[in-house]
Amino acid sequence: MKRLGLIINPIAGMGGKVGLKGTDGPEILAKARQLGAKPESPRRTAEALRRLEAIKDSFEVITYPGEMGENVSRQCGYEPHVIGHISSGRTDADDTRKACRDIKTQNVDLLLFAGGDGTACDVCMAVGDTIVVLGIPTGVKMHSAVYARNPSRAGDLAALFLQNKTKNIKEAEVMDIDETSLREGVVTAKLFGYLKIPYERSHVQRLKAGSPPHERVAQQAIAQAVIDQMTDDCAFIIGPGSTTRAIMERLELEYTLLGVDLVHQKRLIGKDLSEDQLLAAIKDEKEVRIVVTPIGGQGYLFGRGNQPISSEIIKLVGKDRIMVVATTDKIASLQGQPFLVDSGDDAVNQMLSGYIRVVTGYHETIVYQVTS
Amino acid sequence: MEPTAKYKLRENFHQAKWDEPIIFELHTPGERGVLVPEAEPEVAEAVGDGLSALPDNMIRKQPPALPEISQMRVLKHYLRLSQQCLGADLNIDIGQGTCTIKYNPKINKMLSASPKVTELHPWQDPSTTQGALEIMYCLDTFLREISGMSRFSLQPSSGSAAIFIMVSIVEAYHRARGDADQRDEIITTIFSHPSDAAAAAVKGYKVITLYPGKNGLVEVEALKAAVSNHTAALFITNPEDTGIFNPQIHEFTHIVHKAGGLCAYDQANANGLLGITRAREADFDMCFFNLHKTFSAPHGCGGPASAAVGVVDNLIDFLPVPVVGFDGKEYFLDYNLPQTIGKTRGFYGIFPVILKAYAWIMSLGAAGLKEAAQVAVLNNNYLLEHIKKIKGAASPYSAGKRRIEQVRYTWEQLTQDTGVTTEDVTCRMADFGFHLWSSHHPFVVLQPFTIEPTEAYSKDELDEYLAGLQKVVQEAYDDPEKVKNAPYNSVVHKIDHSTLDDPEKWAITWRAYLKKHRKVGSQD
Amino acid sequence: MRKQSDFVHPYIPNSVPAVKARIMKEIGIESIEELYEDIPEALRLGRELNLPDALPSECALKRHVEQILAKNRPCNETISFLGGGCWPHYVPAVCDEINQRSEFLTAYAGEPYEDHGRFQTLFEYESLMAELLEMDVVNVPTFDWCQAASTSLRMAERITQRTEVLVIDTIAPDRLSAVRNYCLPDVKVALVRHCPDTGRMDLDDLKAKLSLEVAGVYFENPSFLGFIEDQGQVISEMAHENGTLSIVGVDPISLGVMIPPSHYGADIVCGDIQPLGIHMNYGGALAGFIATRDEEKFVMEFPSRLFGITKTSVEGEYGFGDVAYDRTSFGVREKGKEFVGTAAALWGITAAVYLSLMGPKGMRDLGQHVLQKVQYAMKKLSAVKEVKAPRFAAAHFKEFVVDFNDTGKSVAEINQMLLDRGIFGGKDLSDDFAELGQSALYCVTETHTQQDIDQLVTVLSEYL
Repeated sequence: MKRLGLIINPIAGMGGKVGLKGTDGPEILAKARQLGAKPESPRRTAEALRRLEAIKDSFEVITYPGEMGENVSRQCGYEPHVIGHISSGRTDADDTRKACRDIKTQNVDLLLFAGGDGTACDVCMAVGDTIVVLGIPTGVKMHSAVYARNPSRAGDLAALFLQNKTKNIKEAEVMDIDETSLREGVVTAKLFGYLKIPYERSHVQRLKAGSPPHERVAQQAIAQAVIDQMTDDCAFIIGPGSTTRAIMERLELEYTLLGVDLVHQKRLIGKDLSEDQLLAAIKDEKEVRIVVTPIGGQGYLFGRGNQPISSEIIKLVGKDRIMVVATTDKIASLQGQPFLVDSGDDAVNQMLSGYIRVVTGYHETIVYQVTS
Repeated sequence: MEPTAKYKLRENFHQAKWDEPIIFELHTPGERGVLVPEAEPEVAEAVGDGLSALPDNMIRKQPPALPEISQMRVLKHYLRLSQQCLGADLNIDIGQGTCTIKYNPKINKMLSASPKVTELHPWQDPSTTQGALEIMYCLDTFLREISGMSRFSLQPSSGSAAIFIMVSIVEAYHRARGDADQRDEIITTIFSHPSDAAAAAVKGYKVITLYPGKNGLVEVEALKAAVSNHTAALFITNPEDTGIFNPQIHEFTHIVHKAGGLCAYDQANANGLLGITRAREADFDMCFFNLHKTFSAPHGCGGPASAAVGVVDNLIDFLPVPVVGFDGKEYFLDYNLPQTIGKTRGFYGIFPVILKAYAWIMSLGAAGLKEAAQVAVLNNNYLLEHIKKIKGAASPYSAGKRRIEQVRYTWEQLTQDTGVTTEDVTCRMADFGFHLWSSHHPFVVLQPFTIEPTEAYSKDELDEYLAGLQKVVQEAYDDPEKVKNAPYNSVVHKIDHSTLDDPEKWAITWRAYLKKHRKVGSQD
Repeated sequence: MRKQSDFVHPYIPNSVPAVKARIMKEIGIESIEELYEDIPEALRLGRELNLPDALPSECALKRHVEQILAKNRPCNETISFLGGGCWPHYVPAVCDEINQRSEFLTAYAGEPYEDHGRFQTLFEYESLMAELLEMDVVNVPTFDWCQAASTSLRMAERITQRTEVLVIDTIAPDRLSAVRNYCLPDVKVALVRHCPDTGRMDLDDLKAKLSLEVAGVYFENPSFLGFIEDQGQVISEMAHENGTLSIVGVDPISLGVMIPPSHYGADIVCGDIQPLGIHMNYGGALAGFIATRDEEKFVMEFPSRLFGITKTSVEGEYGFGDVAYDRTSFGVREKGKEFVGTAAALWGITAAVYLSLMGPKGMRDLGQHVLQKVQYAMKKLSAVKEVKAPRFAAAHFKEFVVDFNDTGKSVAEINQMLLDRGIFGGKDLSDDFAELGQSALYCVTETHTQQDIDQLVTVLSEYL
């Protein structure tokens, strides 16, 4: 009998329909309710659970009380195993995190959670990559890549995973969105961490060469391609992300997954540098290159959350010295949407827009669109 | 689309299902399938048993563990297996998009079975093979006219082999000019055949793949971002597997030429263009055709195939040898290409397929070729018109535009609405006697399916296929599980692919299967 | 002369004007030209293709093609001693019966459901070859031996991460050319010498050339020149000590009586299945095979398809699919895994039928007959004045070099004379193997009668 964990953030997504972005504080939440906002996540979760109908009897649901999962489970006809305690109507991020930790102790095979980018951060904080999770999106434009494309897809994927029909697991970015800025129309999406999610590789006959290599192998190949270009007289700013991390791993250097590191002559010069530290470090370098990878579900190359690689640094280094790296799986996940840049400086955004080369393997590159 | 009585969706179709064992399971010790003549008594007397002359360490003491089966039983076994295969002759084979599955005329099959073809040895004196050489030469001249190129080699074993030859020519060309080291990049597109990139990698090239813009076409800006003095060549298909013709193709070739690169035209998708537009008009330096796609030779379960590579004047010397020449009186094998890349295949080319292509062109002539192209395009747009109206289906890119000979569609909406995927639809279509293919990797278009009708099927048949699609879609909305657990009327039930990726479990041969999945010592 | 507008061809059902009009109406166009609106004027051909007059009636087409083919004089109308990788063997009727079946002939790439038969047949092909070769992994056929050898060498490169290969210098000239092209520029190809008297590989030369950069050493058995290499075990051991793979090209017909290369240390075995039930077809009916042990490091390097057997949701049912195992980690400089496309599946199916018919006894009988005939031919030819047959002092299978140097005549002259007498003499080796001088490669199989050989000997004796 498989075990499916379920956590719902009951207030996520409420702001959207009434024109408010995010529901991260009690005042905003009250305002949203005032404007007539209704909770979105229960409905979305039900959509997802409906896709598991056919295999209902092969798994048990483990969830938190009331609006954090129990209600929707029962509505969908499940007899969930309920654990933990909440104060109904007054749940918050702490509850989400505690729920994750508690459910993890129940040895679930998969943890489904419904919410927004904030919820994903909570899950990440609570359990990190120790269990397999999958997000049911309550918003439309999710920045965290841990969410399925839509609630139905989340249900389908969960079903496949619970039936062992797909065993593929990959790391996906969790993005922290500053919702205050968001309400002012500014996207500041910062890489928060990674979660492990299942994914499906379609079964296509091997008629012709070209099925993409596994993520891990692709990242190693990309890393080698970058390392091959590391001449002694050039300093390399390595941006955050798992694909750029592979470069550091292959060089056997320490690194920060979420921060910006500096490498010179294949040695670590600086770790987790701020914008000022970076500027100081590269001031006297003859040549500097930036290595970045698109982050999150929206494919941000440079976002305001990607500080410390600020517009100033980008200007200094120049477009020609920017190396973008990404696996073909990552590119495919963008579904044809261009990379996004939002450096905070219009001129820099313009400079970066158009088409850019991306390293996708060893001796393999693509040309992909960038927009601001 | 009004239903007429002229077609009927085969709801009672069931494929032949023999539950036929693996050939080894038919083994009956002592039975013989065919007997080999014995050497004449005088021969045996003169040299003995023949075996003793072999060095002892080379003699096979233990015979190979091939099964022993009488002749009729072997015949029956393979005939049954053939019945469990859906050849184009038996079904409305429009669902294998990009493969251009059209009618393979039986007269051509008959002609290529003649001993005048089958019993020829390639090393015979050319005076004894003038017929074969004439056909090869003539096909060369036909293809020159069809493409505008100056000379063709019929050596390639397939489209991929042709691409490899084109890459080899690119390499040899730049090496002869002294800048092969500098020109180490080949540009292609994501919708081109994966072999364009793969063959380039074999020859050591770095590959740059262009992704399309919003309308499904690769944009000039993308090409400009890729082109440099490192560019050796551009390899591109047009129209691509989306079926959309890129009208800027001439600008593409111009840009690449200006940068010093060559332009290679992958004409796997030529079927809609015969007599309409050519490689030459778009300024390509070389192109290839699949003789088993556009030119009607059968696909043979995956070969033998054949392709033809054509080049402009200044690249003729690089072609693989031999090509076939004509001196006004006799046909001959011409090895005199000073900068040839050498050989990529044993002997000269796939003659039986070459013959079929020749005969097909002769049957149709110029007007017929153009008619074939136009009707192929007409059929394709007919299907497009109707498939667009099917709930859950869509044709991404260039809304409202016409396509050439095929369309890449998507079931994404269907999947969102019902959870039924493109693979599921394919399995259920098999229950009505149809193939349906998705796309090669990566799935730029989500939940893809690709349909290419060609000119070979009648309107009724196209309508029957459409009825199949509509039926499956209806089922997906009404009862998705039914579609997901298909097929029901095919040869076998849902296949468990999971063992095939697992080194402990995969079995590529029967002997491996016995070792891994049956207890050792229990072989019968 | 039929007009364009009323051209109805049997291969184009919708060329019927009424149907065409109906379709056009349904999709809302007035002329087909509208469908080509994306193609700019400047790219249009703008005229009719200049091709010969069409022959749309089947009868005329048949006559036309047969008239051309009548100019061929195939081997069944003469006596031919030509071989060299395209060999004359008997093709059992059941082989043609099966590969002419529409179902197989016109299928392509359907799923392992509706095309289950194709998957099972090719799996059986792989399995039957596996028994012949005694190796657990055999691919779905590739283009031919040239490709199989080339791919085997690049596989060795990927497996060992080394960039040089050694190839025996008696390799077929076509294969050497193909291998060179396939390896250029990333892999260096160097030749290993043979011993001029026996043909065997010169082991001292091999030793000298086995550096730590060598990924694989390739030789053929029997050789292209017909003699048998009996040092396989030693060659493989020397290679393995050096971390190099042993790669052997083999004639499958020989494996009824000769041990397979896996018995003398070969890691990758390749060759052509043309002799297994496939007509010569002017050299246009070849198919290559590659076989290895069942180890991940080999399986993940095959560019070709590998069909595996598995189960379905119903107990006892066999299902099939692609074994598609990819590299699990990136080594140092891998650049892709070659390409795969349409190759030669129908010939794999034919070979499966052939091997099923022949069985172990048939393969042995055939091997024995070939040995006897070849030995008989060599014996008889060596009795002809000034003719040395075989040139190499070794055992032979199916082919042997005949040395005409002492006769004062060139092979070209001899073959012309033979041609005039209705005999295709052995392939002239004087261009490709200069050190052999005026020598020719003669092929003898079970399709040659004693009479054929005696006839050859008589004619040669008279002439020389």
